Amino acid sequence: MSTTVQSSGRTGATAPPRIKRRKPYRRDQRRSATLTLLTGLVAIYSLIPLIWLLINATKTQEGLLSSFGLWFDDGKFAFFTNLRDTFTYGDGVFVRWLGNTVLYVVVGAGGATLLSTLAGYGLAKFNFVGKRAVFATVIGAVAVPGTALAVPTFLMFSKMGLTNTPWSVIIPSLVSPFGLYLMWTFSTQAIPDEMLEAARMDGAGEFRTFFRISVPLLGPGIVTALLFNLVVTWNNYFLPLIMLKDPDWYPLTIGLNAWNEQAQTAGSEPVFNLVITGSLLTILPLLAAFLLLQRYWQSGLAAGSVKE
Amino acid sequence: MTDTLVVSTRRRSWAGWKFVGPFMAIFALVFLAPIGYSIYLSLYKTRLIGGTSFVGLDNYKQAMTDANFWSAFGRVSLFLVVQVPIMLFIALLVALAIDSGRLYGKAFFRVAIFLPYAVPAVVATLMWGFMYGTQFGLVSNINDAFSLSINPLGADLVLASIGNIVTWEFVGYNMLIFYSALRVVPASLYESAEIDGAGALRIITAIKLPAIRGALAIATIFSIIGSFQLFNEPSILRPLAKNTITTDFTPNLYAYSLSFAGQQYNYAATVAIVMGIITMVIAYVVQLRGTKER
Repeated sequence: MSTTVQSSGRTGATAPPRIKRRKPYRRDQRRSATLTLLTGLVAIYSLIPLIWLLINATKTQEGLLSSFGLWFDDGKFAFFTNLRDTFTYGDGVFVRWLGNTVLYVVVGAGGATLLSTLAGYGLAKFNFVGKRAVFATVIGAVAVPGTALAVPTFLMFSKMGLTNTPWSVIIPSLVSPFGLYLMWTFSTQAIPDEMLEAARMDGAGEFRTFFRISVPLLGPGIVTALLFNLVVTWNNYFLPLIMLKDPDWYPLTIGLNAWNEQAQTAGSEPVFNLVITGSLLTILPLLAAFLLLQRYWQSGLAAGSVKE
Repeated sequence: MTDTLVVSTRRRSWAGWKFVGPFMAIFALVFLAPIGYSIYLSLYKTRLIGGTSFVGLDNYKQAMTDANFWSAFGRVSLFLVVQVPIMLFIALLVALAIDSGRLYGKAFFRVAIFLPYAVPAVVATLMWGFMYGTQFGLVSNINDAFSLSINPLGADLVLASIGNIVTWEFVGYNMLIFYSALRVVPASLYESAEIDGAGALRIITAIKLPAIRGALAIATIFSIIGSFQLFNEPSILRPLAKNTITTDFTPNLYAYSLSFAGQQYNYAATVAIVMGIITMVIAYVVQLRGTKER
C-alpha cells in the first residue's frame, strides 16, 4: 500500500499523482517593483480590516469611541481585560457559542467531507444505474439559490420537530455540492483504474479498496474539501438565524450579531469591545487552519481546476 | 460534463450506489424536498378567514406586479453589473501578476489576499460597519481630518458600501480560482509562444485567458448567484442604517421579512422561486457563452 503514496519528504504532504504540474519553465523573468507595488495595494486593502480588528481588540468601550481607528489608545491596553470579559460576559455564553460552533463544524463539515468523498469517488470510479440522473439532479439543484430553500426547509424541519435543535443546522450542512465536484475531479485524476482493478483481483471488497488504496491518494483533495466545508459551516449565518431561537444553541456568528444588536436596544449596555474581541477570536482558528495547511489546499485546488 | 467521465472496465451495476447513496439521501432531504415543498406552497394561500386554499398561479401574478419585489430586484441587478465585474477584474489582475513570476514575495500575496475569505460574513460586515461609522471609526476620522461629511451608510452610498464588503470578502477566493487554473496551463503552450516571439500581453490574451475560460465562467456564475442572494451583509448592517436598508432591500431580505415578520410563507416561497428561476436562466446563459467558441 505504502508504495502508492508519493511523499514530498519535508512536510509529508501527499502529492497528487498523475497530475502534470507545469514545470517551472520561465523566461529569465526580471522581478518588477511596479507590479509588486500594485499587487501590494490589493494586499493592503485585504489586510487593513484585519489589522483594524487586531488594534481595536485592545481598546475599552470608551477608547473605541475616542481614539483613532488605526492606532492604539494611549495608555490603555485592555486586550486581556476584553479577553476575560468576552469569556465571562453573560455567564460565559461566548464559551457556549464556541462549543456549539465546534459541534456544528465537526459533525457538519466532517460529515459533509466524508459524504462528498464517498460520492465523488463513486461517481468517478463506478458505472452504475442512474448515474446520469445523479449528475443532472445535483448540477440542476446547485443553480437554485440556497436561500430560496431556506423558508421551505424551515417549515419542513418545523413540522419534523427539528427546529431549534442542533440537527436543524447540522443536517443541511452535510451536503456540499462543491465538495462533491472537487472530489469527483480529484478521484478521476488521482486514482489509476489499474490500481483498483489489481485490488479487486486480489479480492479486496469495495470499501476496503476505498479506504486502503484510494483515501491515501485523495489526501490533498480531502484536506481541500474539508477546509472549504469548514469555512462554510464555521461562517454559517443564514441557516442558524432562521432555525434557532434559543441563544443556548447559537453558533458564534449569530451570538456576535446578537451582542452587536444589543447596543441598539434602548436601555441595554453597548458591548462593542466584546463584539470586536469576540470577532477576533472567531476568525483566528480559520486563519490558522488556512495558514498551516497551505501546502495541502493549494495543491488540492490546482488539481481540482484541471477539469474546468 | 458527463462526457469526460472515465469509468473502470466494470459492468454497470448498483455497486456505485453504496458510495453515492448516503450523499444523495441527504441531498434529497435538504435540496429536492424543499424545492418541491416550495412549489407546493407557492400554489396556495392562507387567509385569516377561510384558511388555506389552492389559488393556482395567483401568487405568481401578484409577484409580477409587486413593486417592492421589482425594486429589490433592480437593486441587486445594479449591484451585479457594477460589483461583479470590478471584483473579478481585480481578482484576475492579481492572479495574472502572481502567475507571471515577476513579483517579489508572491507566496505572501497569494495568502494575504485570500485570507478575507476565511472571515465570516458576520465578522466582515461588523468590522466594515464599525469602520464606516460616522460616530467613531475610520470614516469619522477621515471626515474630521478633511472636514468632509461622507456617510457610507447614507442612501446614495449604502449599496456601494455593501459592494465594498462583498468585494473584500471574495476577491481572494476568485483570485485563487483563476490562479489555480493558470498553474495548470501546459508549458508547451508557453514554449511555442516564446518561439513565436510573443510579448507578455500577447501571451495573456492569446494563451492565458482562453486557457482559463472555464474558471472565468464558473467564477462569474458563482458571483451572479451570490449577488442575487445578497442577504447577510445588508441584514447585519441594518441596525446601523435602519432608514436606508429597508426590509425589502434585496429579494432575499424581502422573502425573509415576508415569512418571519409577516408569516406570509406562501408568498415568500413564490418570491424565492421567481428569484431562483431568474438566477438559473442567467447562470445557464453565462455557462453557454462561457463554454462555446473554443
